[in-house]
Amino acid sequence: MTPDRQRSAWAGALRTPTGAAAAVLLVLVALVAIVAPVALHGAASRVDVAAVNKGVSASHWLGTDGLGRDVLARTLVATRLSLELALLATAIGTVTGVALGALPTVLGRNAGRLVSGLINLLVAFPGLLLAIFLVVIFGVGERGAVLAIGLASAPSFARFTEPLAASVAHSDYVAAARLLGVRRHRITTRHVLPNVAEPLLILATIAVGSALLAFAGLSFLGFGVQPPAYDWGQMLNSGLPDIYINPAAALAPGIAVVIAGVAFNFFGEAAASVAGVRVEQKWIVPHRRADLTARDGQPAGTPDVGAAGAPVLRVDGLTVAFPSPAGPVTPVTDVSFDLDAGQITGLVGESGSGKSLTAAGIGGLVPHPGTAWARRLELAGIELQQLPEARRKAVLGTGLATVFQDPMSALNPALRVGGQLAEVGEVHYGMTRRAALKRAVERLHAVRISAPERRARQYPQEFSGGMRQRAVIGMGLMGEPALILADEPTTGLDVAVQRQVLDLLRQACTDRRAAVLLISHDISVVATLARRVLVMYGGRIVEDLPARSLLAGAAHPYTRALVASVPDMAADRGQPLATIPGRPPDPAAPPSGCAFHPRCPLADARCGTERPSLEPSPSGGRVACWHPRLSAGHKAPAAGSAGKGVPG
Amino acid sequence: MSGLELCGLRVRFGVGRKALCAVDGVDLHVPTGTVVGLVGESGSGKTTLAKAVVGLAPVSDGRILLDGQVLAPGRGRSVIRRRRSVQLVFQDPYSSLNPRMRVGESIAEAIRAADASSRSEQAAEVRRLLELVSLEPDHALLLPRRLSGGQRQRAALARALAARPSLLIADEMTSALDVSVQGTVLNLVRDIQRRLGLSMLFISHNLAVVRYMADVIAVMYCGQLVEIAPTEELTYQPRHPYTRELVASVPGLRSAGADAQALADAGSPLFEAEPADPHHPPDGCRFHPRCPIGPVRHAGRDMCRQADPMTAAADRPHKVACFFAEPSSHESR
Repeated sequence: MTPDRQRSAWAGALRTPTGAAAAVLLVLVALVAIVAPVALHGAASRVDVAAVNKGVSASHWLGTDGLGRDVLARTLVATRLSLELALLATAIGTVTGVALGALPTVLGRNAGRLVSGLINLLVAFPGLLLAIFLVVIFGVGERGAVLAIGLASAPSFARFTEPLAASVAHSDYVAAARLLGVRRHRITTRHVLPNVAEPLLILATIAVGSALLAFAGLSFLGFGVQPPAYDWGQMLNSGLPDIYINPAAALAPGIAVVIAGVAFNFFGEAAASVAGVRVEQKWIVPHRRADLTARDGQPAGTPDVGAAGAPVLRVDGLTVAFPSPAGPVTPVTDVSFDLDAGQITGLVGESGSGKSLTAAGIGGLVPHPGTAWARRLELAGIELQQLPEARRKAVLGTGLATVFQDPMSALNPALRVGGQLAEVGEVHYGMTRRAALKRAVERLHAVRISAPERRARQYPQEFSGGMRQRAVIGMGLMGEPALILADEPTTGLDVAVQRQVLDLLRQACTDRRAAVLLISHDISVVATLARRVLVMYGGRIVEDLPARSLLAGAAHPYTRALVASVPDMAADRGQPLATIPGRPPDPAAPPSGCAFHPRCPLADARCGTERPSLEPSPSGGRVACWHPRLSAGHKAPAAGSAGKGVPG
Repeated sequence: MSGLELCGLRVRFGVGRKALCAVDGVDLHVPTGTVVGLVGESGSGKTTLAKAVVGLAPVSDGRILLDGQVLAPGRGRSVIRRRRSVQLVFQDPYSSLNPRMRVGESIAEAIRAADASSRSEQAAEVRRLLELVSLEPDHALLLPRRLSGGQRQRAALARALAARPSLLIADEMTSALDVSVQGTVLNLVRDIQRRLGLSMLFISHNLAVVRYMADVIAVMYCGQLVEIAPTEELTYQPRHPYTRELVASVPGLRSAGADAQALADAGSPLFEAEPADPHHPPDGCRFHPRCPIGPVRHAGRDMCRQADPMTAAADRPHKVACFFAEPSSHESR
């Protein structure tokens, strides 16, 4: 996060009721702590035997105590000592606790276990009990109480630090530092502690509130501050016996403890919310386009797989928008294509090109607060956008299957694989449990999982990565999906397993006449399987071409650069790989004209100002470029700074 | 012998029935100035092997030598200092840089750990390293989150080079990157390797990438090396059936659009049987349950079920651990 954004997050936190209250209270308490002992010292210590235990009056707003001293002045003056002691105790607790919690990661395995065992043991003791026990050891008085409360709060800090530090200690950057020979203590101070500091500081802030309370408790019991010095707890102690004569003498310090405690707790909460805000940004949700909802709905039928001639999926003008403070950002803009039954179509692009959001837009899975709309979005002839929510879910549930990169995102680790597949049959197809389980085993067999009966009873973590992905495909095939959206289904899998998964998709496509949209950043994966390839750049389709034309017939310079940058088994090892200079466009600030022009070797003035539209190209597809390569034979300058053109 | 030598390297985790021999008797030589590629499926032990070399995984058996000096087994200052000349570049550039340290500090820390030099010398060295990996000097002042994936990976490379290693291990270095960015990083690594005369162990599951980078390729299966050969030989004349399947599985643009053709040999045991479970490796040749030329397909090849082909492999010039390996010409059986 940039400093600006961090500042705005703090400003935002201060605008919330909790944040504002915390800020006001903290400033007040701090002011009182600084000013009161200087300004009111005389009033607070002036003994007035004539006015002992007086009630509320004009000269003493909260009355007087047993020696005739002004209760209000004393309460305000006590703020400094009470705060100082609480802060000191918290500091002792934090430092000791963090040191103790970080020890297991610094020490070896066995010593580390011993320390974490000790921490667990200490956490089991109630804090106040531990403090009283310690104060007996350290001796009654300010110093003893500070040490006692500090050390008593250390175990909870240690407990909190330990897993945080352990997770950082297992990170790659700590491993890298160890390989470089960086010393242990330096790893702890430079790598581990800075990365656990944030949640610990928040915890410490909240702990100040608890320390205030604990201190008041100890002083009240007579273990803490001893007269003539006084803090709030000590005032409570001396005020309580006369509570029926002058309740204010006991209530005032009590209220002071509450106010200061609440101030620190609220501040900790506000700080935590700022830390939490870092991951999610503040969006302003826009209104859905009115014209879509205003249109008349048509009666919805059941998806008809492979209806003669009609495309399985028709996408016309799909746009996905996310609100941002600077206006809506559209990572997918005006995307149109049709998918036919029994055909695999590839969708390729760099990360951030909008390919996954296109799939999400089709499946109604755009993450909040994004919105998707299209002029037309038809699955098997049914316009999805006009359906009531429940009906749309039903149509998508039976007509669409999805396969994502991480199969674990589709599988519940706590349930058996067979049961999860069967659930699809029960929910979407109204099958009985028994029939659904039988179908699940069949489908696992169909996706070539050996011993499917046994495997169906296993949990997802007992499957290998490739098997999980096949199980997810099997789940998609529980019904008769008209459309399969496969988003990076083989990324992270090995070539042999990858081929297995791709082969299954191909089989589903030919055997069941499903339309498959195969999304990948790797054009070679798409090229092995797809008949047609859509190339996305900057949220738009820039080329739509037959897969066999990829190697020699691509018209768009971006497609050619993408093809050239893939190392394949025939690439010349003596030559550097072709690269695409520059960075992909930021959806929040798309370049004017053609989005590719800043990186394009063919760009001229027109490319920078006018955006080319998607027009038919000689390869039989469509291309959006002012300088398309018109025929396979024509030699155009190659894209890429490394100077290597399309191989072959 | 100069360069990195692994002799009978074994890495075992756990004991009893849960024991897992992730690396099982690996002999490998990375001569000075050459790039040896290591391919294999996930779970085959590639990463464990890399971790054992740098000392992040325990060596249960065998030896690791660098330029004739023992890296493992061994403890103590001198071994740890020696290990610094082996550096590892991690797969995920998003977790291998400390998110709270500026790029320049991360690199400077690596320099400081190497030798005591003055601040200005360090700053000059950081600039030189950033330039070496084609980053701007200004990048030193940025936190990792301000860099793109490719830039982070280059920063991680600069940090590894700061230790002046004689051997660099790249573990799936480009797997987390976009294909369009991958080329830039691969070109850079190859260029630096040649300029500095580094030895390199380049690990990837992508055979096309390894082929581009490596002089020699070693193929790992279930903790063992089943074939080692010069790159051209291994990719054009793969002899072990597993290597042949790997080579055939590499997706390529040349067959683009031929979707009518079945991708996998439908009956191939490789695609029917599951990958070997390293907790319970099969007896005999570990590949036999999935082997297209083994006992599953060919009656009378029962020796694959019983005898381990590893023992005889060491004597063959083109090391291949298979009783029925292809002869050196590319004819099918």
